[in-house]
Amino acid sequence: MTLNTPDTTAHSGLLGLGVYRPTRIVKNDELAGRIDSSDEWIRERSGIIERRFAGVDEDVASMGTTAAHNALIDAGIEASDIDTVIVATFTHRYQTPSAAAEIAANIGAVNASAFDVGAACAGFCYAISVADALVRSGGARYVIVVGSEKLSDVVNFDDRGTAFIFADGAGAVVVGPTQVQGISPTVWGADGSSREAIIMEPDTVTAGREGVPSLLTMEGQRVFRWAVGSMGDVCKDVLAQSGLQPGELAAFVPHQANVRITDALVKKLELDDSVVIARDIHHAGNTSSASIPLALHALRESGQVTKGQPFLMVGFGAGLAFAGQVALVP
Amino acid sequence: MSQDILAGLAQIVNEVAGIPAESVQMDKSFVDDLDVDSLSMVEVVMACEDKFGVTIPDTEVKNLNTVADAVNYIAAHK
Repeated sequence: MTLNTPDTTAHSGLLGLGVYRPTRIVKNDELAGRIDSSDEWIRERSGIIERRFAGVDEDVASMGTTAAHNALIDAGIEASDIDTVIVATFTHRYQTPSAAAEIAANIGAVNASAFDVGAACAGFCYAISVADALVRSGGARYVIVVGSEKLSDVVNFDDRGTAFIFADGAGAVVVGPTQVQGISPTVWGADGSSREAIIMEPDTVTAGREGVPSLLTMEGQRVFRWAVGSMGDVCKDVLAQSGLQPGELAAFVPHQANVRITDALVKKLELDDSVVIARDIHHAGNTSSASIPLALHALRESGQVTKGQPFLMVGFGAGLAFAGQVALVP
Repeated sequence: MSQDILAGLAQIVNEVAGIPAESVQMDKSFVDDLDVDSLSMVEVVMACEDKFGVTIPDTEVKNLNTVADAVNYIAAHK
């Protein structure tokens, strides 16, 4: 007795990119009063000038649908050709059914399997790793990977440490077969022993029972230290495994957690001026799993990167979890 | 030895936060006098760990209010 193995393997790469940015712009001054802070303090502390919040009639699925639809158009792929829809999120308002199933139905991906990935700010790169493996192994031909978050639903606007950081948005890519490999090996991992550093309190079961909201909390300095300390080594590892030669990297697109983390990582990696650095956080805030595709889109739309150029992406956050790859701009 | 540590710390604070090295004196408070915010303190602490070969846990960082606190901690744990 032998079981069949898929007889199709392929190179994988990013074929298309699409995003959704909510229309409501929220300036620092709108949030600063409740936390006894100021526009200047917020900008200095995080680099954020303004961010976007979704409307009451918008959610992870609706934002992700628009981003996925835009990615399909960008890739020139039919929805019916999609084999799998993966959504990285932790703010979908349903525990079940998944945001991916809803988005798949919305875009007409009638032949697709669908599931959500729960890796918070590392979610997009986690989902890319899965999509990459599916395409390369023949498990799927076209995969849509979406990062979509409505963090404004779970933020404590009286918490000085987090009220000004988190925001809403969605980004999506189509992963599919390519002539040359367009996604490097993934470097990823998790440290659950530090899970209380970023956690929603109280847990949702307790919150439901007691009739209180479950809101995000974060030990800012501890997370900053982890991000700056460990992600530098992770990025070096990704670059080493990617096959890129020194000087070949076109752009650095880290999860837009905080511009201070980005700056520290740029220093650690000794990236020179030839490398474009993603700083979408200035106008988008920290959108967790959506931040990387949003930041990449901003770089491409402004002409700072072009199709085919290699960029390094790394996501890191609650878990604590992290993941990174080098990929070619779609 | 404390003078060497102070000089090394001043260089780090200058590199991390752009504060002139001469301003980094023993009696100065990082936050109130030198305007080094809590995220910059994390970077300063990490650089001190590398430079002086000490370990400065998160729990200790909040006790390092003045330059003297930091210098004395490093001197005691080298």
